[in-house]
Amino acid sequence: MTLTERILAAHSGKRKVSPGEFISATVDLVLANDIMAPLAIKEFQRLGVGKVFDARKVVMVPDHFCPNKDIQSAEQAKLMRQFAREQGLVYFEVGRMGIEHVLLPEQGLALPGQVIVGADSHTCTYGALGAFATGMGSTDIAVAMAMGEVWMKVPPTIRFVYHGELPKWVGGKDLILYTIGDIGVDGALYSVMEFSGEAIDALSMDGRFTMANMAVEAGAKAGIFNVDNKTKEYVTMHGNETYLTYQSDEDAEYANVIEYDVSKIEPQVAFPCLPSNVKPLSQVGEVRLDQVVIGGCTNGRLGDLRVAARLFQGKQIHSEIRCIVIPGSQQVYLEALREGLIETFIEAGAAVSTPTCGPCCGGHMGVLAAGERCLSTTNRNFVGRMGSPQSEVYLASPAVAAASAILGRIASPEEVIS
Amino acid sequence: MRLKGKAHKYGPDVNTDVIIPARYLNVSDLDELTKRCMEDIDREFASRVRTGDFIVATTNFGCGSSREQAPLVIKHSGISGVIASSFARIFFRNAINIGLPVLECTEAAEATEMGDELEVELTTGEIINLTKSKKFYAKPYPAFMLEITKEGGLIEYTKERLRAKKP
Repeated sequence: MTLTERILAAHSGKRKVSPGEFISATVDLVLANDIMAPLAIKEFQRLGVGKVFDARKVVMVPDHFCPNKDIQSAEQAKLMRQFAREQGLVYFEVGRMGIEHVLLPEQGLALPGQVIVGADSHTCTYGALGAFATGMGSTDIAVAMAMGEVWMKVPPTIRFVYHGELPKWVGGKDLILYTIGDIGVDGALYSVMEFSGEAIDALSMDGRFTMANMAVEAGAKAGIFNVDNKTKEYVTMHGNETYLTYQSDEDAEYANVIEYDVSKIEPQVAFPCLPSNVKPLSQVGEVRLDQVVIGGCTNGRLGDLRVAARLFQGKQIHSEIRCIVIPGSQQVYLEALREGLIETFIEAGAAVSTPTCGPCCGGHMGVLAAGERCLSTTNRNFVGRMGSPQSEVYLASPAVAAASAILGRIASPEEVIS
Repeated sequence: MRLKGKAHKYGPDVNTDVIIPARYLNVSDLDELTKRCMEDIDREFASRVRTGDFIVATTNFGCGSSREQAPLVIKHSGISGVIASSFARIFFRNAINIGLPVLECTEAAEATEMGDELEVELTTGEIINLTKSKKFYAKPYPAFMLEITKEGGLIEYTKERLRAKKP
Protein backbone atom coordinates (compact mmCIF):
# COMPACT_ATOMS: atom_id res chain seq x y z
CA MET A 1 0.00 0.00 0.00
CA THR A 2 1.02 3.61 -0.50
CA LEU A 3 1.40 6.01 2.43
CA THR A 4 -2.09 7.38 1.67
CA GLU A 5 -3.65 3.90 1.57
CA ARG A 6 -1.95 3.00 4.86
CA ILE A 7 -3.35 6.11 6.58
CA LEU A 8 -6.83 5.61 5.14
CA ALA A 9 -6.88 1.90 6.07
CA ALA A 10 -5.90 2.76 9.65
CA HIS A 11 -8.69 5.36 9.80
CA SER A 12 -11.41 3.11 8.42
CA GLY A 13 -10.75 0.02 10.53
CA LYS A 14 -9.51 -2.00 7.57
CA ARG A 15 -6.33 -3.95 7.02
CA LYS A 16 -6.18 -2.91 3.40
CA VAL A 17 -7.85 -0.34 1.14
CA SER A 18 -7.56 0.00 -2.63
CA PRO A 19 -8.08 2.94 -5.00
CA GLY A 20 -11.73 3.37 -5.98
CA GLU A 21 -13.06 1.83 -2.76
CA PHE A 22 -15.62 3.86 -0.78
CA ILE A 23 -14.79 4.17 2.90
CA SER A 24 -15.92 6.05 5.96
CA ALA A 25 -12.79 7.50 7.56
CA THR A 26 -12.46 8.91 11.06
CA VAL A 27 -10.93 12.38 11.16
CA ASP A 28 -8.30 13.72 13.55
CA LEU A 29 -8.79 17.39 12.77
CA VAL A 30 -11.58 19.44 11.19
CA LEU A 31 -10.96 23.01 10.04
CA ALA A 32 -13.07 25.98 8.94
CA ASN A 33 -12.43 29.69 8.33
CA ASP A 34 -14.52 32.86 8.43
CA ILE A 35 -15.97 32.56 4.92
CA MET A 36 -16.73 28.83 4.92
CA ALA A 37 -17.70 28.29 8.58
CA PRO A 38 -21.02 30.22 8.49
CA LEU A 39 -22.45 27.82 5.88
CA ALA A 40 -20.98 24.78 7.69
CA ILE A 41 -22.50 25.93 11.00
CA LYS A 42 -25.92 26.37 9.36
CA GLU A 43 -25.74 22.82 7.95
CA PHE A 44 -24.41 21.48 11.26
CA GLN A 45 -27.44 22.92 13.04
CA ARG A 46 -29.78 21.17 10.57
CA LEU A 47 -28.33 17.83 11.75
CA GLY A 48 -29.67 18.46 15.24
CA VAL A 49 -26.82 16.75 17.12
CA GLY A 50 -26.14 19.68 19.45
CA LYS A 51 -22.43 19.22 20.12
CA VAL A 52 -19.48 18.63 17.79
CA PHE A 53 -17.94 15.14 18.01
CA ASP A 54 -14.81 16.38 19.83
CA ALA A 55 -14.28 20.08 20.54
CA ARG A 56 -10.49 19.62 20.77
CA LYS A 57 -10.41 18.41 17.18
CA VAL A 58 -12.41 21.20 15.54
CA VAL A 59 -10.42 24.33 14.68
CA MET A 60 -11.74 27.68 13.48
CA VAL A 61 -9.55 30.49 12.19
CA PRO A 62 -10.64 33.99 11.18
CA ASP A 63 -8.17 34.59 8.35
CA HIS A 64 -9.84 35.29 5.01
CA PHE A 65 -11.56 38.66 5.51
CA CYS A 66 -10.11 39.25 8.99
CA PRO A 67 -9.28 41.54 10.69
CA ASN A 68 -12.84 42.31 9.53
CA LYS A 69 -12.75 44.22 6.25
CA ASP A 70 -16.37 45.43 6.32
CA ILE A 71 -19.64 45.03 8.20
CA GLN A 72 -20.70 41.87 6.36
CA SER A 73 -17.34 40.18 7.06
CA ALA A 74 -17.64 41.24 10.69
CA GLU A 75 -21.04 39.53 10.89
CA GLN A 76 -19.65 36.29 9.45
CA ALA A 77 -16.62 36.36 11.77
CA LYS A 78 -18.94 37.02 14.71
CA LEU A 79 -21.13 34.06 13.84
CA MET A 80 -18.08 31.78 13.71
CA ARG A 81 -16.61 33.18 16.94
CA GLN A 82 -19.89 32.67 18.82
CA PHE A 83 -20.21 29.10 17.60
CA ALA A 84 -16.58 28.38 18.53
CA ARG A 85 -17.16 29.76 22.05
CA GLU A 86 -20.44 27.91 22.59
CA GLN A 87 -18.90 24.64 21.47
CA GLY A 88 -15.53 25.22 23.17
CA LEU A 89 -13.62 24.71 19.91
CA VAL A 90 -9.97 25.43 19.23
CA TYR A 91 -10.17 29.05 18.09
CA PHE A 92 -7.45 31.59 17.29
CA GLU A 93 -8.47 35.21 17.66
CA VAL A 94 -7.06 38.11 15.61
CA GLY A 95 -3.73 38.99 17.22
CA ARG A 96 -3.04 35.33 17.98
CA MET A 97 -3.96 33.82 14.65
CA GLY A 98 -2.34 33.13 11.33
CA ILE A 99 -3.31 32.00 7.87
CA GLU A 100 -4.85 28.61 8.73
CA HIS A 101 -2.40 26.46 6.75
CA VAL A 102 0.63 28.19 8.24
CA LEU A 103 -0.91 28.19 11.71
CA LEU A 104 -2.04 24.58 12.25
CA PRO A 105 1.35 22.87 11.73
CA GLU A 106 3.08 25.63 13.70
CA GLN A 107 0.67 25.13 16.62
CA GLY A 108 1.34 21.41 16.59
CA LEU A 109 -2.28 20.62 15.68
CA ALA A 110 -1.58 19.05 12.27
CA LEU A 111 0.55 15.92 12.69
CA PRO A 112 1.95 13.01 10.68
CA GLY A 113 -0.39 10.09 10.11
CA GLN A 114 -3.56 12.10 10.67
CA VAL A 115 -6.63 12.45 8.46
CA ILE A 116 -7.42 16.16 8.28
CA VAL A 117 -10.37 17.75 6.50
CA GLY A 118 -10.92 21.46 6.08
CA ALA A 119 -13.43 23.74 4.42
CA ASP A 120 -10.66 25.20 2.32
CA SER A 121 -9.10 23.67 -0.77
CA HIS A 122 -5.56 24.34 0.45
CA THR A 123 -6.06 22.03 3.44
CA CYS A 124 -3.83 19.70 1.40
CA THR A 125 -0.86 21.72 2.78
CA TYR A 126 -0.57 19.35 5.79
CA GLY A 127 0.49 16.55 3.47
CA ALA A 128 3.99 17.98 3.96
CA LEU A 129 3.89 16.40 7.43
CA GLY A 130 2.91 12.97 6.14
CA ALA A 131 -0.77 13.50 6.96
CA PHE A 132 -3.66 12.79 4.61
CA ALA A 133 -5.27 16.21 4.35
CA THR A 134 -7.93 17.33 1.92
CA GLY A 135 -10.28 20.23 1.24
CA MET A 136 -14.04 19.80 1.27
CA GLY A 137 -17.17 21.92 1.13
CA SER A 138 -19.17 23.27 4.03
CA THR A 139 -21.72 20.41 4.12
CA ASP A 140 -18.98 17.78 4.34
CA ILE A 141 -17.37 19.80 7.12
CA ALA A 142 -20.70 20.08 8.95
CA VAL A 143 -21.03 16.29 8.88
CA ALA A 144 -17.37 15.83 9.90
CA MET A 145 -17.91 18.19 12.86
CA ALA A 146 -20.97 16.22 13.94
CA MET A 147 -19.83 12.65 13.30
CA GLY A 148 -16.03 12.76 13.39
CA GLU A 149 -15.94 10.92 10.09
CA VAL A 150 -16.27 11.55 6.37
CA TRP A 151 -17.11 9.47 3.32
CA MET A 152 -14.29 9.11 0.89
CA LYS A 153 -13.30 7.32 -2.26
CA VAL A 154 -9.76 5.97 -1.83
CA PRO A 155 -7.72 7.90 -4.41
CA PRO A 156 -5.04 6.42 -6.65
CA THR A 157 -1.54 7.77 -5.98
CA ILE A 158 0.79 9.27 -8.57
CA ARG A 159 4.41 9.23 -7.46
CA PHE A 160 6.59 12.19 -8.43
CA VAL A 161 10.32 11.61 -8.13
CA TYR A 162 12.64 14.62 -8.17
CA HIS A 163 16.25 13.63 -8.93
CA GLY A 164 19.37 15.73 -8.70
CA GLU A 165 20.42 18.85 -6.88
CA LEU A 166 18.34 22.03 -6.79
CA PRO A 167 19.99 24.92 -8.63
CA LYS A 168 20.44 28.28 -6.90
CA TRP A 169 17.16 30.20 -6.38
CA VAL A 170 15.09 27.12 -7.18
CA GLY A 171 12.86 25.86 -4.36
CA GLY A 172 9.55 24.19 -3.54
CA LYS A 173 7.50 26.81 -5.41
CA ASP A 174 9.46 26.29 -8.60
CA LEU A 175 9.20 22.49 -8.36
CA ILE A 176 5.44 22.54 -7.91
CA LEU A 177 4.87 25.18 -10.62
CA TYR A 178 7.08 23.17 -12.98
CA THR A 179 5.11 20.01 -12.17
CA ILE A 180 1.71 21.67 -12.67
CA GLY A 181 3.04 23.18 -15.91
CA ASP A 182 3.96 19.68 -17.01
CA ILE A 183 0.82 17.74 -16.02
CA GLY A 184 -1.79 20.53 -16.23
CA VAL A 185 -4.47 21.81 -13.85
CA ASP A 186 -6.28 18.47 -14.02
CA GLY A 187 -3.14 16.33 -14.37
CA ALA A 188 -3.67 14.71 -10.97
CA LEU A 189 -7.48 14.88 -10.88
CA TYR A 190 -8.94 12.81 -7.99
CA SER A 191 -5.44 11.43 -7.24
CA VAL A 192 -2.86 11.89 -4.54
CA MET A 193 0.50 13.38 -5.51
CA GLU A 194 3.26 11.66 -3.51
CA PHE A 195 6.48 13.68 -3.65
CA SER A 196 9.83 11.91 -3.31
CA GLY A 197 13.43 11.76 -4.51
CA GLU A 198 16.73 13.19 -3.34
CA ALA A 199 15.76 16.78 -4.19
CA ILE A 200 12.74 16.37 -1.89
CA ASP A 201 14.94 14.90 0.86
CA ALA A 202 17.07 18.04 0.59
CA LEU A 203 14.07 20.39 0.61
CA SER A 204 13.19 22.33 3.80
CA MET A 205 9.86 21.79 5.56
CA ASP A 206 8.80 25.25 4.35
CA GLY A 207 9.48 24.14 0.77
CA ARG A 208 7.48 20.96 1.31
CA PHE A 209 4.50 22.91 2.70
CA THR A 210 4.59 25.05 -0.46
CA MET A 211 4.51 21.99 -2.70
CA ALA A 212 1.75 20.18 -0.81
CA ASN A 213 -0.25 23.43 -0.72
CA MET A 214 -0.48 23.57 -4.52
CA ALA A 215 -1.34 19.89 -5.13
CA VAL A 216 -4.97 20.98 -5.50
CA GLU A 217 -3.93 23.24 -8.40
CA ALA A 218 -3.23 20.04 -10.36
CA GLY A 219 -6.67 18.73 -9.37
CA ALA A 220 -5.27 16.41 -6.68
CA LYS A 221 -7.20 15.30 -3.62
CA ALA A 222 -4.02 15.58 -1.57
CA GLY A 223 -0.27 16.02 -1.80
CA ILE A 224 1.83 13.91 0.54
CA PHE A 225 5.41 13.33 1.68
CA ASN A 226 6.86 10.36 3.57
CA VAL A 227 8.05 11.28 7.06
CA ASP A 228 11.81 11.74 7.48
CA ASN A 229 14.12 13.29 10.07
CA LYS A 230 13.23 16.81 8.91
CA THR A 231 9.56 16.12 9.52
CA LYS A 232 10.29 14.64 12.95
CA GLU A 233 12.46 17.61 13.94
CA TYR A 234 9.74 20.01 12.80
CA VAL A 235 7.05 18.21 14.77
CA THR A 236 9.21 18.00 17.91
CA MET A 237 10.08 21.68 17.61
CA HIS A 238 6.37 22.44 17.57
CA GLY A 239 5.68 20.57 20.77
CA ASN A 240 4.76 17.01 19.87
CA GLU A 241 6.39 13.72 20.69
CA THR A 242 3.54 11.30 20.16
CA TYR A 243 2.18 10.64 16.71
CA LEU A 244 1.92 7.73 14.32
CA THR A 245 3.88 7.56 11.11
CA TYR A 246 3.16 5.51 8.04
CA GLN A 247 5.37 4.90 5.02
CA SER A 248 4.71 3.71 1.48
CA ASP A 249 5.61 0.05 1.04
CA GLU A 250 8.51 -0.87 -1.24
CA ASP A 251 6.04 -2.65 -3.51
CA ALA A 252 3.25 -0.04 -3.30
CA GLU A 253 1.21 0.28 -6.47
CA TYR A 254 1.15 3.67 -8.14
CA ALA A 255 -1.20 4.84 -10.89
CA ASN A 256 1.82 6.48 -12.50
CA VAL A 257 5.41 7.40 -11.70
CA ILE A 258 6.71 10.70 -13.08
CA GLU A 259 10.40 11.56 -12.77
CA TYR A 260 12.17 14.89 -13.13
CA ASP A 261 15.79 16.01 -13.15
CA VAL A 262 15.68 19.16 -11.04
CA SER A 263 19.22 20.24 -11.92
CA LYS A 264 17.82 21.56 -15.21
CA ILE A 265 14.89 23.47 -13.68
CA GLU A 266 14.95 27.28 -13.59
CA PRO A 267 12.84 29.52 -11.35
CA GLN A 268 9.28 29.30 -12.73
CA VAL A 269 6.58 31.90 -13.34
CA ALA A 270 2.90 31.07 -13.91
CA PHE A 271 1.28 33.52 -16.33
CA PRO A 272 -2.42 34.42 -16.21
CA CYS A 273 -4.96 32.81 -15.91
CA LEU A 274 -4.01 29.29 -14.83
CA PRO A 275 -1.31 27.96 -12.47
CA SER A 276 -0.29 25.59 -15.27
CA ASN A 277 0.54 28.42 -17.67
CA VAL A 278 4.16 28.25 -16.60
CA LYS A 279 7.34 29.62 -18.18
CA PRO A 280 10.95 29.34 -17.03
CA LEU A 281 12.26 32.72 -15.89
CA SER A 282 14.62 33.04 -18.87
CA GLN A 283 11.62 33.01 -21.25
CA VAL A 284 9.44 35.51 -19.42
CA GLY A 285 10.49 38.62 -21.35
CA GLU A 286 9.58 42.15 -20.25
CA VAL A 287 6.55 42.09 -17.91
CA ARG A 288 6.05 45.39 -16.04
CA LEU A 289 4.28 45.13 -12.69
CA ASP A 290 2.15 47.33 -10.40
CA GLN A 291 2.11 45.19 -7.27
CA VAL A 292 4.08 42.39 -5.63
CA VAL A 293 2.64 40.25 -2.82
CA ILE A 294 4.90 38.09 -0.66
CA GLY A 295 3.11 35.76 1.75
CA GLY A 296 0.00 33.61 1.81
CA CYS A 297 -0.57 29.99 2.82
CA THR A 298 1.80 29.02 0.00
CA ASN A 299 4.84 31.17 0.85
CA GLY A 300 4.24 33.05 4.10
CA ARG A 301 6.64 31.09 6.32
CA LEU A 302 9.85 32.26 7.95
CA GLY A 303 12.07 30.60 5.33
CA ASP A 304 10.18 32.47 2.60
CA LEU A 305 10.55 35.82 4.35
CA ARG A 306 14.27 35.19 4.90
CA VAL A 307 14.83 34.68 1.16
CA ALA A 308 12.91 37.87 0.33
CA ALA A 309 14.69 39.91 3.01
CA ARG A 310 18.06 38.76 1.74
CA LEU A 311 17.24 40.30 -1.65
CA PHE A 312 15.78 43.50 -0.17
CA GLN A 313 18.84 44.08 2.05
CA GLY A 314 20.20 47.54 1.22
CA LYS A 315 17.88 47.88 -1.80
CA GLN A 316 14.82 49.97 -2.56
CA ILE A 317 11.56 48.72 -4.01
CA HIS A 318 10.89 50.21 -7.46
CA SER A 319 9.07 53.56 -7.31
CA GLU A 320 6.07 52.24 -9.29
CA ILE A 321 5.60 49.06 -7.24
CA ARG A 322 3.36 48.52 -4.22
CA CYS A 323 4.99 45.65 -2.37
CA ILE A 324 2.92 43.96 0.33
CA VAL A 325 4.54 41.47 2.70
CA ILE A 326 2.24 39.26 4.77
CA PRO A 327 3.82 37.00 7.40
CA GLY A 328 1.75 33.79 7.59
CA SER A 329 1.17 33.87 11.34
CA GLN A 330 1.77 35.99 14.43
CA GLN A 331 4.62 33.63 15.32
CA VAL A 332 6.24 34.05 11.89
CA TYR A 333 5.72 37.83 12.21
CA LEU A 334 7.40 37.90 15.63
CA GLU A 335 10.34 35.77 14.56
CA ALA A 336 10.79 37.88 11.42
CA LEU A 337 10.75 40.96 13.62
CA ARG A 338 13.37 39.52 15.98
CA GLU A 339 15.59 38.55 13.06
CA GLY A 340 15.37 42.07 11.64
CA LEU A 341 13.53 40.96 8.49
CA ILE A 342 10.57 43.29 9.10
CA GLU A 343 12.94 46.24 9.40
CA THR A 344 14.52 45.25 6.08
CA PHE A 345 11.09 45.12 4.40
CA ILE A 346 10.03 48.50 5.74
CA GLU A 347 13.35 50.14 4.90
CA ALA A 348 13.06 48.78 1.37
CA GLY A 349 9.63 50.42 1.07
CA ALA A 350 7.27 47.48 1.58
CA ALA A 351 3.94 47.47 3.43
CA VAL A 352 3.93 44.78 6.12
CA SER A 353 0.53 43.40 7.12
CA THR A 354 -0.89 41.37 9.97
CA PRO A 355 -1.55 37.75 8.81
CA THR A 356 -4.53 37.49 6.43
CA CYS A 357 -5.54 35.72 3.21
CA GLY A 358 -6.73 39.21 2.10
CA PRO A 359 -5.23 39.97 -1.32
CA CYS A 360 -4.84 36.37 -2.50
CA CYS A 361 -8.60 35.97 -2.98
CA GLY A 362 -9.33 39.59 -3.89
CA GLY A 363 -10.74 40.28 -0.45
CA HIS A 364 -8.78 43.22 0.95
CA MET A 365 -5.23 44.50 1.66
CA GLY A 366 -4.15 44.77 -1.98
CA VAL A 367 -7.06 44.36 -4.41
CA LEU A 368 -6.22 45.08 -8.07
CA ALA A 369 -7.82 47.64 -10.43
CA ALA A 370 -8.58 46.91 -14.11
CA GLY A 371 -5.41 46.67 -16.18
CA GLU A 372 -3.12 46.18 -13.17
CA ARG A 373 -0.55 43.42 -12.92
CA CYS A 374 0.57 41.67 -9.77
CA LEU A 375 3.25 39.10 -9.16
CA SER A 376 2.35 37.07 -6.12
CA THR A 377 3.82 34.19 -4.14
CA THR A 378 0.28 32.82 -3.63
CA ASN A 379 -1.27 29.84 -5.42
CA ARG A 380 -3.96 30.98 -7.89
CA ASN A 381 -4.05 33.34 -10.84
CA PHE A 382 -7.55 32.76 -12.20
CA VAL A 383 -9.51 35.59 -13.86
CA GLY A 384 -10.43 38.17 -11.19
CA ARG A 385 -8.67 36.25 -8.43
CA MET A 386 -7.09 39.33 -6.83
CA GLY A 387 -9.63 41.92 -7.91
CA SER A 388 -10.83 43.25 -11.26
CA PRO A 389 -11.51 40.59 -13.92
CA GLN A 390 -9.33 42.82 -16.14
CA SER A 391 -6.32 42.54 -13.81
CA GLU A 392 -3.54 39.96 -14.15
CA VAL A 393 -1.81 37.73 -11.60
CA TYR A 394 1.57 36.02 -12.06
CA LEU A 395 2.77 33.38 -9.59
CA ALA A 396 6.37 32.82 -8.50
CA SER A 397 8.67 32.17 -5.54
CA PRO A 398 9.57 34.72 -2.84
CA ALA A 399 13.02 35.12 -4.46
CA VAL A 400 11.57 36.06 -7.86
CA ALA A 401 8.92 38.22 -6.15
CA ALA A 402 11.50 40.23 -4.21
CA ALA A 403 13.75 40.70 -7.24
CA SER A 404 10.72 41.78 -9.28
CA ALA A 405 9.62 44.28 -6.62
CA ILE A 406 13.06 45.90 -6.75
CA LEU A 407 13.26 46.07 -10.55
CA GLY A 408 9.58 46.85 -11.31
CA ARG A 409 9.26 43.96 -13.75
CA ILE A 410 9.41 40.17 -13.50
CA ALA A 411 13.10 39.64 -12.78
CA SER A 412 15.66 37.07 -11.73
CA PRO A 413 17.22 37.19 -8.26
CA GLU A 414 20.52 37.00 -10.13
CA GLU A 415 19.94 40.54 -11.41
CA VAL A 416 19.81 41.78 -7.81
CA ILE A 417 22.44 39.57 -6.18
CA SER A 418 25.00 37.96 -8.44
CA MET B 1 -36.88 12.63 -13.40
CA ARG B 2 -36.99 14.26 -16.85
CA LEU B 3 -35.53 17.76 -17.17
CA LYS B 4 -35.63 20.10 -20.13
CA GLY B 5 -33.83 23.38 -20.78
CA LYS B 6 -31.31 25.36 -22.78
CA ALA B 7 -27.54 24.88 -22.59
CA HIS B 8 -25.15 27.55 -21.35
CA LYS B 9 -21.88 26.36 -22.83
CA TYR B 10 -18.35 26.93 -21.54
CA GLY B 11 -14.87 25.53 -22.18
CA PRO B 12 -12.33 23.83 -19.90
CA ASP B 13 -11.24 24.72 -16.34
CA VAL B 14 -14.26 26.84 -15.35
CA ASN B 15 -13.06 27.61 -11.84
CA THR B 16 -14.89 28.48 -8.65
CA ASP B 17 -13.43 32.00 -8.76
CA VAL B 18 -15.46 32.74 -11.89
CA ILE B 19 -18.52 30.75 -10.76
CA ILE B 20 -18.68 32.92 -7.64
CA PRO B 21 -15.73 35.29 -7.00
CA ALA B 22 -14.31 35.16 -3.46
CA ARG B 23 -14.60 38.94 -3.23
CA TYR B 24 -18.38 38.52 -2.82
CA LEU B 25 -18.15 35.88 -0.09
CA ASN B 26 -18.37 38.42 2.73
CA VAL B 27 -22.10 37.61 2.64
CA SER B 28 -23.84 34.24 2.96
CA ASP B 29 -27.18 35.35 1.48
CA LEU B 30 -27.83 33.09 -1.49
CA ASP B 31 -30.11 35.55 -3.36
CA GLU B 32 -27.35 38.18 -3.24
CA LEU B 33 -24.61 35.74 -4.24
CA THR B 34 -26.62 34.27 -7.12
CA LYS B 35 -26.71 37.67 -8.87
CA ARG B 36 -22.91 37.25 -9.29
CA CYS B 37 -22.98 33.69 -10.68
CA MET B 38 -20.52 33.28 -13.60
CA GLU B 39 -20.02 37.07 -13.65
CA ASP B 40 -16.30 37.08 -14.46
CA ILE B 41 -16.61 34.93 -17.61
CA ASP B 42 -20.22 35.55 -18.68
CA ARG B 43 -21.76 38.87 -17.66
CA GLU B 44 -25.12 37.97 -19.27
CA PHE B 45 -25.53 34.63 -17.48
CA ALA B 46 -27.58 35.93 -14.56
CA SER B 47 -30.07 37.71 -16.85
CA ARG B 48 -30.17 34.98 -19.52
CA VAL B 49 -30.61 31.89 -17.34
CA ARG B 50 -34.09 30.34 -17.06
CA THR B 51 -35.27 27.75 -14.56
CA GLY B 52 -34.52 24.28 -15.88
CA ASP B 53 -31.50 25.28 -17.99
CA PHE B 54 -28.20 23.38 -18.01
CA ILE B 55 -24.58 24.42 -17.74
CA VAL B 56 -22.44 22.44 -20.17
CA ALA B 57 -18.64 22.60 -20.09
CA THR B 58 -15.64 20.52 -21.12
CA THR B 59 -12.90 19.34 -18.74
CA ASN B 60 -12.22 20.08 -15.06
CA PHE B 61 -15.42 22.02 -14.30
CA GLY B 62 -15.36 23.66 -10.87
CA CYS B 63 -11.61 23.57 -10.25
CA GLY B 64 -10.08 25.73 -7.55
CA SER B 65 -11.61 26.55 -4.19
CA SER B 66 -13.67 24.28 -1.95
CA ARG B 67 -16.41 26.91 -1.69
CA GLU B 68 -19.77 25.21 -1.61
CA GLN B 69 -21.26 28.53 -2.63
CA ALA B 70 -20.22 27.57 -6.21
CA PRO B 71 -22.68 24.68 -6.71
CA LEU B 72 -25.18 26.51 -4.48
CA VAL B 73 -25.39 29.63 -6.70
CA ILE B 74 -25.61 27.47 -9.81
CA LYS B 75 -28.51 25.53 -8.30
CA HIS B 76 -30.14 28.67 -6.93
CA SER B 77 -30.01 30.40 -10.33
CA GLY B 78 -32.36 27.70 -11.63
CA ILE B 79 -29.86 25.42 -13.34
CA SER B 80 -31.21 21.88 -13.23
CA GLY B 81 -27.85 20.18 -13.78
CA VAL B 82 -24.26 20.53 -14.96
CA ILE B 83 -22.96 18.35 -17.78
CA ALA B 84 -19.17 18.26 -18.26
CA SER B 85 -16.42 16.10 -19.73
CA SER B 86 -14.92 15.99 -16.22
CA PHE B 87 -15.34 17.70 -12.85
CA ALA B 88 -12.86 18.90 -10.25
CA ARG B 89 -13.29 16.61 -7.25
CA ILE B 90 -14.35 19.05 -4.52
CA PHE B 91 -16.96 20.63 -6.79
CA PHE B 92 -18.34 17.20 -7.75
CA ARG B 93 -18.55 16.18 -4.10
CA ASN B 94 -20.18 19.45 -3.06
CA ALA B 95 -22.74 19.16 -5.87
CA ILE B 96 -23.70 15.62 -4.78
CA ASN B 97 -23.86 16.74 -1.14
CA ILE B 98 -26.24 19.65 -1.86
CA GLY B 99 -28.32 17.85 -4.50
CA LEU B 100 -27.21 19.57 -7.72
CA PRO B 101 -27.21 16.92 -10.49
CA VAL B 102 -23.78 16.61 -12.15
CA LEU B 103 -23.37 14.45 -15.24
CA GLU B 104 -20.05 13.35 -16.67
CA CYS B 105 -20.23 12.88 -20.46
CA THR B 106 -17.45 13.97 -22.82
CA GLU B 107 -19.46 13.33 -26.01
CA ALA B 108 -22.45 15.43 -24.88
CA ALA B 109 -20.18 18.18 -23.55
CA GLU B 110 -18.26 18.42 -26.81
CA ALA B 111 -21.28 18.23 -29.14
CA THR B 112 -23.38 20.82 -27.31
CA GLU B 113 -23.32 24.51 -28.21
CA MET B 114 -24.59 27.61 -26.44
CA GLY B 115 -28.39 27.73 -26.60
CA ASP B 116 -28.97 24.10 -27.63
CA GLU B 117 -32.16 22.57 -26.25
CA LEU B 118 -31.44 19.59 -23.96
CA GLU B 119 -33.53 16.90 -22.35
CA VAL B 120 -32.04 14.84 -19.50
CA GLU B 121 -33.36 11.77 -17.70
CA LEU B 122 -31.54 11.74 -14.38
CA THR B 123 -32.30 8.15 -13.38
CA THR B 124 -30.78 6.68 -16.55
CA GLY B 125 -28.24 9.41 -17.33
CA GLU B 126 -29.72 9.85 -20.79
CA ILE B 127 -28.89 13.22 -22.38
CA ILE B 128 -30.75 14.24 -25.56
CA ASN B 129 -29.60 17.25 -27.52
CA LEU B 130 -32.91 18.15 -29.21
CA THR B 131 -31.33 20.88 -31.36
CA LYS B 132 -28.77 18.46 -32.81
CA SER B 133 -31.00 15.34 -32.58
CA LYS B 134 -28.33 13.37 -30.74
CA LYS B 135 -28.50 11.09 -27.73
CA PHE B 136 -25.78 10.45 -25.14
CA TYR B 137 -25.37 8.57 -21.87
CA ALA B 138 -23.60 10.00 -18.81
CA LYS B 139 -21.33 7.91 -16.61
CA PRO B 140 -23.51 6.31 -13.90
CA TYR B 141 -22.98 7.31 -10.25
CA PRO B 142 -21.38 4.73 -7.95
CA ALA B 143 -24.01 3.07 -5.70
CA PHE B 144 -22.84 4.93 -2.60
CA MET B 145 -23.31 8.35 -4.18
CA LEU B 146 -26.68 7.29 -5.52
CA GLU B 147 -27.72 6.67 -1.91
CA ILE B 148 -26.83 10.26 -0.96
CA THR B 149 -28.67 11.61 -4.01
CA LYS B 150 -31.75 9.51 -3.18
CA GLU B 151 -31.87 10.92 0.36
CA GLY B 152 -31.72 14.45 -1.10
CA GLY B 153 -28.16 15.30 -0.07
CA LEU B 154 -25.59 14.56 2.61
CA ILE B 155 -27.42 16.25 5.50
CA GLU B 156 -30.59 14.20 4.93
CA TYR B 157 -28.49 11.07 4.38
CA THR B 158 -26.65 11.66 7.68
CA LYS B 159 -29.88 12.40 9.55
CA GLU B 160 -31.22 9.09 8.31
CA ARG B 161 -28.09 7.33 9.62
CA LEU B 162 -28.46 9.11 12.97
CA ARG B 163 -32.10 8.00 13.20
CA ALA B 164 -31.08 4.41 12.42
CA LYS B 165 -28.45 4.48 15.20
CA LYS B 166 -31.01 5.40 17.86
CA PRO B 167 -32.88 2.47 19.46
